[in-house]
Amino acid sequence: MNYIISSCTIGGDAGGDLSERLLSLYHSLKLDYPKFYKMDQLSKLGWLASEILLKDNTALSTIPSEDIGIVLSNANSSLDTDIKYLDTVADIASPAVFVYTLPNIVIGEISIRNKFKGENAFFIFDRFDADFLELYVGQLLDTSVLKACICGWVDVLADNYKACLFLVTRGQGETVFSKENMDKFFREEKV
Amino acid sequence: MTDIFVVSDNILSPLGWTTDENFTRLKDSVSGIRRHDDAALSPEPFYAALFDAALDRELAAKLPGAGDLTRFEQLLAASIRQALEGCSVDPADPETILIISSTKGNIPLLEVSGPGPELKDKISLSDSAKKVAGYFHFINRPLVVSNACISGVLGIITGARLIRSGRYKHAVVAGADLISKFVLSGFQSFQAVSPEPCRPFDKDRTGISLGEAAATMILSGERDPLPYPLIKVLDGLTGNDANHISGPSRTGSELSYIIQKVLQNVSVSTSEIDFISAHGTATAYNDEMEAKAIDLAGMNAVPVNSLKGYYGHTLGAAGLVESIITITSMKECLVLPTLGFLEHGVTKPIHINSSLLQKDLRYCLKTASGFGGCNAAVLFSKTT
Repeated sequence: MNYIISSCTIGGDAGGDLSERLLSLYHSLKLDYPKFYKMDQLSKLGWLASEILLKDNTALSTIPSEDIGIVLSNANSSLDTDIKYLDTVADIASPAVFVYTLPNIVIGEISIRNKFKGENAFFIFDRFDADFLELYVGQLLDTSVLKACICGWVDVLADNYKACLFLVTRGQGETVFSKENMDKFFREEKV
Repeated sequence: MTDIFVVSDNILSPLGWTTDENFTRLKDSVSGIRRHDDAALSPEPFYAALFDAALDRELAAKLPGAGDLTRFEQLLAASIRQALEGCSVDPADPETILIISSTKGNIPLLEVSGPGPELKDKISLSDSAKKVAGYFHFINRPLVVSNACISGVLGIITGARLIRSGRYKHAVVAGADLISKFVLSGFQSFQAVSPEPCRPFDKDRTGISLGEAAATMILSGERDPLPYPLIKVLDGLTGNDANHISGPSRTGSELSYIIQKVLQNVSVSTSEIDFISAHGTATAYNDEMEAKAIDLAGMNAVPVNSLKGYYGHTLGAAGLVESIITITSMKECLVLPTLGFLEHGVTKPIHINSSLLQKDLRYCLKTASGFGGCNAAVLFSKTT
């Protein structure tokens, strides 16, 4: 059996300044990670959510880094940054922005921070698909491809943002890794 | 584990509209990479393997009733149609799933019309996938994989996993990407585009050439009235360097790890591997990282090639195009040379194949790596 041992749901409408909102979250968490400032909005959001998800978590300390994976999804891919990148192309194309025009870069940022080296996958859905995550991530754990997985949803477009991440492991826990439980957490916004 | 059979495939590229046409051109050392002088794409001339202006007319002729599909979607549909014609897999079967791999999908449209509410839906990859699925009457909702340059290989791995999960029996895995100013300017801004056709693993390599293509591989948990010999997807894995978002691992140990783990999972030893189809983008760092990974895995004697000298880097399609050429190589007992490669240019003594090599190919690996630090490896086998 697989269990959700931690979850984090944040989201809403930033009302005109998502950068400000993400920065204040960064400060409120008392984080010190200079790379944060270079990230695009999608990576900042996903990375902050992962910091909350993994805070005070000891469950991963005994698991080899190759056995910890990240499987994420969203609706808008990297469109928020794609639009910003195209604005730079008219002037001088920015490599620092271009590198973020792929949705899976947020997986890279979380991997670099935590040295996670296991499975990577980024899927695009029109809406959060807990059923698919239960199938796909459940299989990765059941077949011992992974011992732990961060999975969920990280989506940004203009002012609208939503992240809902789960830390899932095999073995013991209280909250079963199921479609129903994921959908329940997805609807709750705690931060 | 359930056997996963490759039951049909198609490559639609500037080199041809069928896998056979493509393979014939490759055997003749024909490259799709040309010099382009097109101010709409780049202020200076560049080398890339692009479809010519006749593409839209040819797509329209091949796809009746597909007028509401965009160019990207038509490209996918044209490749899927040809692959479906080669097997008995039915899109309308409730046990068939469509998997789409792409990095940028319809993003080229953004350059033409700018962002707007009506374009937001049209641009989304899930909307593209739904339209293409609708064209063929797939019953199940399609799945979209967008994981940088490992998207194509990850699509194949995901298809195999979904069949093994028991939920589906067949997976139609299709990938495509078009080259627009968006992608070209981005790689140019990284100083990563070669001023000549790319030269993978060569001492004088100077970066990538980009390319356009669509490709489809159909997987099944059942044998089709199959062409002999049988090709199977044995296993595949992905992983992350956890090092840098735009530069590969300095040691290659992460790619090496997943290569070795794939082999362990299916009890195949490194000495049984007959051929490796590498990512081989022809950037200094990528090729060096791959050489280190192959060396660490103890596979220096195994012939390795890169197909980027023929196709350029076709992004979300690359893993599919190159896997399909790999399995065609297995059927034909031929390892293709690495076009553009003249002199060994990586620090490890891996075996870069530089001639058309006749060899029985039983176990072959395809690897890929991409931005975000991701790596993927998939193992194919041939049963005679």
